[in-house]
Amino acid sequence: MLQLDAEALYSELKLGVKALLTVAPEPLALVGIWSGGAWLAERLQRDLALPGKHGVISSTLHRDDFSARGLAAGTDATQLPFAIDGLHILLIDDVLFTGRTLRAVLNELFDFGRPASVALAVLVDRGGRQLPVAAAFAAVRVVLPAQQRLSLARAPSGAFSFSLREPG
Amino acid sequence: MLSRRNPQLNKNGELIHLLSIEGLPKAVLTQILDTAGTFLSVNDRDVKKVPLLRGKSVFNLFFEDSTRTRTTFEIAAKRLSADVINLDIARSSTAKGESLLDTIANLSAMHADMFIVRHAESGAPYLIAQHVAPHVHVVNAGDGRHAHPTQGLLDMYTIRHFKKDFSQLTVAIVGDIVHSRVARSDIHALTTLGVPEIRAVGPKTLVPADLASMGVRVCHSMEEGIRGADVIIMLRLQNERMSGAMLPSPGEFFKRYGLTAEKLRLARPDAIVMHPGPINRGVEIDSSVADGAHSVILPQVTFGIAVRMAVMSTISGNQA
Repeated sequence: MLQLDAEALYSELKLGVKALLTVAPEPLALVGIWSGGAWLAERLQRDLALPGKHGVISSTLHRDDFSARGLAAGTDATQLPFAIDGLHILLIDDVLFTGRTLRAVLNELFDFGRPASVALAVLVDRGGRQLPVAAAFAAVRVVLPAQQRLSLARAPSGAFSFSLREPG
Repeated sequence: MLSRRNPQLNKNGELIHLLSIEGLPKAVLTQILDTAGTFLSVNDRDVKKVPLLRGKSVFNLFFEDSTRTRTTFEIAAKRLSADVINLDIARSSTAKGESLLDTIANLSAMHADMFIVRHAESGAPYLIAQHVAPHVHVVNAGDGRHAHPTQGLLDMYTIRHFKKDFSQLTVAIVGDIVHSRVARSDIHALTTLGVPEIRAVGPKTLVPADLASMGVRVCHSMEEGIRGADVIIMLRLQNERMSGAMLPSPGEFFKRYGLTAEKLRLARPDAIVMHPGPINRGVEIDSSVADGAHSVILPQVTFGIAVRMAVMSTISGNQA
C-alpha cells in the first residue's frame, strides 16, 4: 500500500507556500479548509511567521451531497477573522480530489464578500477531478483508486500523519 | 419482545421528523444544538442565506394562531433558501369542513417537502407524519398541551450558551405548568441532557401532581422554588386555556408567583431569567426583571431562528 509521509510533505508544502507568497500580491491571507487544511494553515501561519491570524472555512453549508448525506456531525463553522473584500486568499487543504469541496468552499467564501483573487495549495493532489479546479501548488501528485479515502490526521503533539481507508 | 420504533427516527437512528423531545437520545439533541451554533454565525455574513433547502417547499400549517413562532420558522426556512408557503388554514379549508388528512394530501399534491404544524389537538403532528410520503418531513410547532419541541431546544441552546454545562444546574420552571407544552418539552430535554435538579413551581391547580414521577421537584412556594436556582424559566399565564376557577385572580397570582427583583435575589447571583413569550408584564413577571440584567428573553428569540434552521436542515438531510 502507498506510504505518504505527512511531515515530509508538510515541509514541501511550506517551501511551496513560501515561494507563492514571495510573488503574491498584497494584502494576502491564508484560509484553511476544515479540518485538515485548517490544521495546515494554522501551522504554516506560525512556521512562516505571517502576521495576524489564519482563517478557517467549512464546506458544510454549500455541499452538493447534502440531500444524500445530510449534515455532517461535528463540523466546525467558518471563521474568517478579517474582511475578505479586496483580499488575495490562499486556500490550504490536505487532499485535492474531485474538486467538489473546493466548489462548495468558493461559494461559502463569496457569502462573506468579494476577494481580489483566490488560489489553492494542497499537501496531496490525488487526481480524479470532476470539476475544473486546479492547485497552484501540490507537495505531491499521486493516483489512488477512487474508493479509497485519504485524509490528514493530527496527533495531540501536533504531528501530522495520513489515514488511508477502504470503505467498509 | 416487540419494540416500537420512535416515529421520529429512521432505522439508523437519525431524525426525520421533530414531533417531541420525549424519547430522543442525548446525541440527537446535542447535534441539533451544535448545528444551531453554526447557523447563528450566518447572521454575521454579507449573504445571510445558505442553500441547504434550495428548491424545497416548506408549508407553515398553523391551525392555531402564533405570530412569533410562525415568523421565526419562516425566517429560518428562508435563511435556508426554502420557498415558504403560509396557510391561513384555520380560516380556509378546515372552515369548509375538510379533514386534516385531506388537507395534507392536497398540500402534498402541491409538492410540499416539509410541514411545520401547530394544532390545538395533541398528537396532530404525529398523525400527519404517519401519512406523508417518505421524502416529506414534519415539525411540530406546538400541539395542544403536549409538546413544543423547537421551543424546548431553543431553551436548551440558551441555557448552554450562558451556563456552558448542564451537569451542575438547578432549573426552576415557574407558573402555569399544567397547560404548558413548553414546560413538558423543557422537562424532557433537561432530563435527557443531565440536569440534576429540575423544579416545577406554581399553585396546586397549575402544577400536575404526576411530575414528581418524572424526577421533578414540585414546589408550591416561590421562595423554595427559586432559591439557589441557576436558571428560571417563567411561563405565560394562559388565560385562553384556563377553564373554571383555577386561580383566585391575576393580581393574587403575581403576588405569590410573579417574578420580581426582590424574589430574584433568592436565586444565584448569576441566574438567568427566560420566558417563551409573549410576556404578560405584571402578571407573571415584573417589568424590571423582564428588562433587567438577568433577562435573556430576547437572546432566546434570536437563538430560536438558528435552532429552527438546525432542526429543518437536520431532518431534511435524513432519509426515511
